[in-house]
Amino acid sequence: MSGNLIEVRGVSKSYGGVVANKDVSIDVAEGGITGLIGPNGSGKTTLFNSIVGYHPIDEGSIKFRGKEISKLRVPEIARLGLLRTFQQTRIYSKMDCMKNMLISVSHRDEGLGSMFGSMRDRETEEFAEELLEFVGLYQKRFLVAGELSFGQQKLLEFAMALMNRPQVLLLDEPTAGINPTLINGLIDRLKRANEQFGITLFVIEHNMRVIMNLADRISCLAHGELLATGTPDEIQNDPRVVDAYLGAH
Amino acid sequence: MSARSLDLKIYAFLIAVGIIGPLLVPSITSQMAVMWLMVLMAVTWDMTGGQMGYNSLGNITFFGLGMYASAVVQIGLVYDVMEYTASFGAIKVDFTVSQYWTGLVLGIGAGGAVATVFALVVGPFMLGLRGPYFAIGTLGLAVAVAELISGWRYVGGGSGISMPIFPGEAGTGSIVFYVMFFVLAIVCHMVIRAVYRTRFGLAINAIRDDEDKAEAMGIHTTRYKVMAWAISAFFMGMAGAIFGNMSGFIEPLEVAFPTATFGIFMVAMALLGGKGTLWGPVLGAILFHIVKEVTWTELLGWQWVALGAIIILNIVYFQQGILGWAQDRWPALFGVTVDEKMSRTGQAEAAE
Amino acid sequence: MLDNISILFQAPIFAVDLLIQGLLIGGIFVLAAYGLALVWGVMNVKNLAQGELVILGGYLAYQATLWGIHPIVALPVAFVLMFCFGWVIYLVIIKRVVDRDMFTSLLATFGLSLLIQQSLNLVFGPEVRIAEAGFGTLILGDLAIPVIRIVSLGLAAVLAVGIILFMRNSRMGQAIRATAQDPRAARVLGINTDRVYAFTYALNAAICGSAGVLVAMIWNIQPYYGLVHSIRSFIIVTAAGLGNLPGVIIAGFGLGVWENYAGFVFGAEFAIAAVVALLVGVLMVRLFQLYRVRQVVR
Ligand SMILES: Nc1ncnc2c1ncn2[C@@H]1O[C@H](COP(=O)(O)OP(=O)(O)OP(=O)(O)O)[C@@H](O)[C@H]1O
Ligand SMILES: [Mg+2]
Repeated sequence: MSGNLIEVRGVSKSYGGVVANKDVSIDVAEGGITGLIGPNGSGKTTLFNSIVGYHPIDEGSIKFRGKEISKLRVPEIARLGLLRTFQQTRIYSKMDCMKNMLISVSHRDEGLGSMFGSMRDRETEEFAEELLEFVGLYQKRFLVAGELSFGQQKLLEFAMALMNRPQVLLLDEPTAGINPTLINGLIDRLKRANEQFGITLFVIEHNMRVIMNLADRISCLAHGELLATGTPDEIQNDPRVVDAYLGAH
Repeated sequence: MSARSLDLKIYAFLIAVGIIGPLLVPSITSQMAVMWLMVLMAVTWDMTGGQMGYNSLGNITFFGLGMYASAVVQIGLVYDVMEYTASFGAIKVDFTVSQYWTGLVLGIGAGGAVATVFALVVGPFMLGLRGPYFAIGTLGLAVAVAELISGWRYVGGGSGISMPIFPGEAGTGSIVFYVMFFVLAIVCHMVIRAVYRTRFGLAINAIRDDEDKAEAMGIHTTRYKVMAWAISAFFMGMAGAIFGNMSGFIEPLEVAFPTATFGIFMVAMALLGGKGTLWGPVLGAILFHIVKEVTWTELLGWQWVALGAIIILNIVYFQQGILGWAQDRWPALFGVTVDEKMSRTGQAEAAE
Repeated sequence: MLDNISILFQAPIFAVDLLIQGLLIGGIFVLAAYGLALVWGVMNVKNLAQGELVILGGYLAYQATLWGIHPIVALPVAFVLMFCFGWVIYLVIIKRVVDRDMFTSLLATFGLSLLIQQSLNLVFGPEVRIAEAGFGTLILGDLAIPVIRIVSLGLAAVLAVGIILFMRNSRMGQAIRATAQDPRAARVLGINTDRVYAFTYALNAAICGSAGVLVAMIWNIQPYYGLVHSIRSFIIVTAAGLGNLPGVIIAGFGLGVWENYAGFVFGAEFAIAAVVALLVGVLMVRLFQLYRVRQVVR
């Protein structure tokens, strides 16, 4: 482990009158798995959107490898190797799974010439197949992605993100809508992505069991503010976190 | 039959038709030239409309700009354009045969170039518009350019320009322009088919399916969008240049920027054949053109009304188009395969 | 061009005249744009046949004058006839594109606009027509204002107030507004949204047709003039935003004034170009606004 990949410092963001994030500071350690929890509407997705450049932030700074990125736009940030999946899964629904994978390669060093480069080199195809197998969709690789079930689309989206070989992956509720019996498999895959491919993970999750299992550090948001940060044990036993969750119900 | 060999057979068939048609029935040469023009229009429209999801109502702009660019180049080579247009056709310039051909070649090149540059310049702005705003914006662009040219005296304003006259017999001229359209349409389709198989093809499909996702994955969306439009513009510009020469006389509203005829035909043809498919626009254009030519004279003045009705019927009741419909019915014919293998290494475990 | 601008400064009365003429025309633009905002907001249909509905109304007035009927008398008749026409168009075309993707409604109405303009061309020929309404010219010092323009602005105002009152107070008006807010909720509340849509489109046709009668009286009509009217409506609605009535009114009058000044300064041959260029300009402004506040995707 070598320091922080993402440093969020004092970020605030409001929509009209609604304060979605207020003075939030979070570190994402390189090589680790960082968790983000909080009741519904506490501003988790908003923070993700701020990091990946969906909207300008009102205040604060966001650094990726020490470089300020809060003024960059979505594709530029993505090309730095900072990728996100969506809470409402998004895939290219009229293309088959294989094509979904092939177009998801990294666009980091893409010049004008490579616009018309071939997509069919053996290495890329093999990596795509490998990843599809990794998420258990190999059999469906020529199926149009829109015809996959919701859970399968989530897996495909995850595989597409891996195809991009990002440095850090922001996952917005990866287990939502996934069959509970498959969740263990998914946790396993996330861990393997972290260990085998060396991808730093930053995960929003409502499922406490999952996040406690997965993350090595967790931050908790409530009403847009950072409530606590610590190891899973510390968070689990923090009375403020418990309050926030109970209070929300 | 693999998709590739099927494509080759279709090309062979089209080329055969293109060669034999005018030989067999010379009287239809110029109608067939227009048919190839329609094919080119539908195919280039479909690149942005069908494959990329950007439904332009203004691609005709490129056609008109190419036409005017070639006119200025061809006349400008041997005469002062301002004086020529100011005379409203009273000045007859005698082009020598070699002047004519040099002018024609340079003019067609200029047509393609000007249209491409225009697309590259306005593309980043127009293609930032989404959905209906893009459609309306491009329509507005076409009308605006047409109106500006109507008011521009240098190119003859609303009264137009007479193009250089083809040296030699009229029959030869129509064959020459026929060959140009025929070759350009086939080459255009081949180029487009080739680029669809590269990263470019996947990228524009991704933009069609979910542009926000494509951006979030780091795809250079603007670059791809503008490039797609520029490729369309290049071919449309050259086609415009050829069409101007074939017509012999050009003017802004009816010949160069006909938004309400060719401008909408190209959309209707692509939809008829099947938007977003490789061969749909070709099929749609050929069918549309044949039906139009056959019924045109029978309808006694009502042809335009009928045309509006056909477009409405097409859009309202049969939007997926012929090939879109066929693809839904017989997916296997279109290369949509479902592989039963469970894993990369394992044998067909699921097949039992 | 610079000469023309200097004329405006040397003879301010001329500038005032252009301003007044622009405002008098602008009232009509407001009507058609309001109709567009209505169908766009309620049923999400971008009606590209808007201008053709206007021109069609204009030809009704013209036909009336041929029969010796005064066009102002023709106005209510045109309103009713166009309402029925709109209802039929809804049943045949619009009904089938309402919940399809946005390009479908745009294209279908573009087809409709071709159909109408070509039919008009066949029936009335391509000449530019006017529905002669008589009246004189009002001389105010150096200003000469055709009385008919003032009358027509008054009629436009009466029509607009009538429609707004209708939308506020009648049951149908309330149903329309409820449907615009949330069609599904409206359906649950027992509103027949299909009827609401039909009524909305028919009302739009009636509004456009009436605006067309005014256009024929104070200006001129021709089968192919519709597209520019459609573009005007789109400019106004795009600039004002949906559901912004004061915005539509201001933008409508503003467009009328812009057209008059632009036509004068750049020359009549660029009058239409000035309108259409404005459309592209308005869209670009919108684009840059969106660019700054990127929409959040969850
Ligand atoms: N585009 C928007 N416009 C206005 N308000 C918004 C917008 N997006 C989010 N909000 C508000 O900001 C607050 C935080 O929303 P956010 O989506 O970040 O919550 P979240 O923590 O991701 O919730 P969940 O767990 O339900 O996904 C909420 O009150 C929400 O209503
Ligand atoms: Mg969320």
